[in-house]
Amino acid sequence: MSLRIVVCVKYVPDATGDRHFAEDWTLDREDVDGLLSELDEYAVEQALQIAESTREAGEEAEITVLTVGPEDAADALRKALSMGADKAVHVEDDDLHGSDALATSLVLAKAIEHIGYDLVVCGMASTDGVMGVLPAMIAERLAVPQATLLSEVTVADGAVNGRRDGDTATEHLSARLPAVISVTDQSGEARYPSFKGIMAAKKKPVEALDLEDLDLDAAEVGLAGARTEVISATERPARTAGEVVTDEGEGAGALAGFLAGQKFI
Amino acid sequence: MAEVLVHVDHLDGAVRKPTLELLALARRLGDPVAVFLGTGAQDAAATLAEHGAVRILTADAPEFADYAIVPKVDALQAAHDAVRPAAVLLPSSPEGKEIAARLAVRLGSGIITDAVDLTTDDQGPVATQSVFAAAYTTTSRVTQGTPVITVKPNSATPEAAPAAGTTEPLEVTFGEAATGTKVTSRTPRESSGRPELTEAAIVVSGGRGVGGADNFAVIEALADSLGAAVGASRAAVDAGWYPHSHQVGQTGKSVSPQLYIAAGISGAIQHRAGMQTSKTIVAVNKDPEAPIFELVDYGVVGDLFEVLPKLTEEIKSRKG
Ligand SMILES: Cc1cc2nc3c(=O)[nH]c(=O)nc-3n(C[C@H](O)[C@H](O)[C@H](O)COP(=O)(O)OP(=O)(O)OC[C@H]3O[C@@H](n4cnc5c(N)ncnc54)[C@H](O)[C@@H]3O)c2cc1C
Ligand SMILES: Nc1ncnc2c1ncn2[C@@H]1O[C@H](COP(=O)(O)O)[C@@H](O)[C@H]1O
Repeated sequence: MSLRIVVCVKYVPDATGDRHFAEDWTLDREDVDGLLSELDEYAVEQALQIAESTREAGEEAEITVLTVGPEDAADALRKALSMGADKAVHVEDDDLHGSDALATSLVLAKAIEHIGYDLVVCGMASTDGVMGVLPAMIAERLAVPQATLLSEVTVADGAVNGRRDGDTATEHLSARLPAVISVTDQSGEARYPSFKGIMAAKKKPVEALDLEDLDLDAAEVGLAGARTEVISATERPARTAGEVVTDEGEGAGALAGFLAGQKFI
Repeated sequence: MAEVLVHVDHLDGAVRKPTLELLALARRLGDPVAVFLGTGAQDAAATLAEHGAVRILTADAPEFADYAIVPKVDALQAAHDAVRPAAVLLPSSPEGKEIAARLAVRLGSGIITDAVDLTTDDQGPVATQSVFAAAYTTTSRVTQGTPVITVKPNSATPEAAPAAGTTEPLEVTFGEAATGTKVTSRTPRESSGRPELTEAAIVVSGGRGVGGADNFAVIEALADSLGAAVGASRAAVDAGWYPHSHQVGQTGKSVSPQLYIAAGISGAIQHRAGMQTSKTIVAVNKDPEAPIFELVDYGVVGDLFEVLPKLTEEIKSRKG
């Protein structure tokens, strides 16, 4: 038996750059550098650790990293491969431009079925969209259990177990495989690719797929299939920097005066 | 008038504030129908009716507590099919978003997450969102299916609007997937006695500048003088000085209080993403170049260990 792990990784614009909308209200990718979403590095890391412990237990494990995104998204795959994933799948199609969460989850689910899987590992949220909904959507589409937002995770005896720190409680979750999980940035720092890893990644296979390969109709995805529509987008007026005083003993009093003026005290 | 489903977030029947905010927003779109799952419906009914619920659909089964997410999706789907609402509203908690996600797939509906305001026009609900770390404000709508919308806490003020609030049992048949993810243990978080971070009107947060776990007492003292919740930057959380459940930012909680006080926090983009929509922002930082000063309404360049204790005393004496 071999444990087949698929890690979903997204290529995102650098959050520290200036992000803007293009004319069709999709993200303008022209002027910003992209990279593997930092939150998906945690997903790759957990997949690597799960694969390592599976191999230590004498079983095989294989990690495929999967992305749906433009040509440049190959960079994200390359990074994940250099961290240690075995192979990659890149779904790219012009008709995918402008896909909403529902459409993206459809494409990812189809691709995951195409690859074959026991465990799907996602990040907690993409650093651009920040919806945090795709793992649940993928699980729904694949009709498998979800164990999401895990800060600790182990896989053994055909089940995945993990710890979820929720709003009001900490829960331990358990699900039979196949399953979809997502991991948080509390799950453990992601490793840096080694020089050897970077060299090895260059030779690892990257399979390219388009909509036709996945039996998907262009009308279901992209701007054509979008089930939501942006009506307006306005740049938030930069907060006009307020008064800044330097404390020379009077700072606290001045601040108290401000808070009182605003009726906070 | 059209009905709008509101998923009730509660702790054993104690309705949480974001649900009351949802009811206020739902009333702009139609008649709110509350969906209450789990134990404690009797305790919640009066509160829900008081805030405008015309009907309360209730279902209780061990599955809601023993298995994650999917049982609630089954229930909301049943409620949707029974009510045919104009929209389904849920709180933007991690659980609320994931229930919404699966429901949207089942209904083939468009989904909008993290709305900060809701209005309506002749084509249905219009949601306002704050995106790219609050650099943009967008409005959008769902164009296919019943709109499924999750709303951030503090996006509206709860309103008293007494309605009938008739309780009706909701028939739920759990699908096979409902028992897929077992909750093997649940440890409720101990209450600090302070307001809930995402619901608080005032938040006082400490960052790396606080310098240690014990020093957070300075932050807590100021918070208590204002009746505020305590937040922390990721640097402070990663250092082990304050629990992760208090982290503010992209990978922590997103807060939108009336007043946010950042002490010893530089104002990195990932931190800003979680607090930039606060109404009034105040910072205390000893570095005049700290980016946090770009967004403050009032800033003090100074040592937080000098400024905060004095401020706490001043507030106490002003409050008498
Ligand atoms: C994917 C990702 C997600 C992230 N998510 C989050 C998140 O959710 N939340 C978050 O906060 N960060 C997040 N970060 C981290 C973020 O980038 C910053 O590293 C972090 O916010 C810095 O915390 P800080 O401001 O406390 O520390 P620093 O940046 O080190 O700033 C400390 C500040 O304290 C000041 N200071 C020091 N001593 C004193 C004193 N005695 N009095 C007054 N001021 C003093 C200093 O001048 C300095 O400005 C994330 C990063 C990544 C990559
Ligand atoms: N285009 C994409 N390609 C591959 N994985 C994705 C994509 N978008 C989102 N994901 C995965 O879904 C997670 C949650 O994304 P989101 O729901 O957009 O916040 C991410 O951390 C990724 O693991």
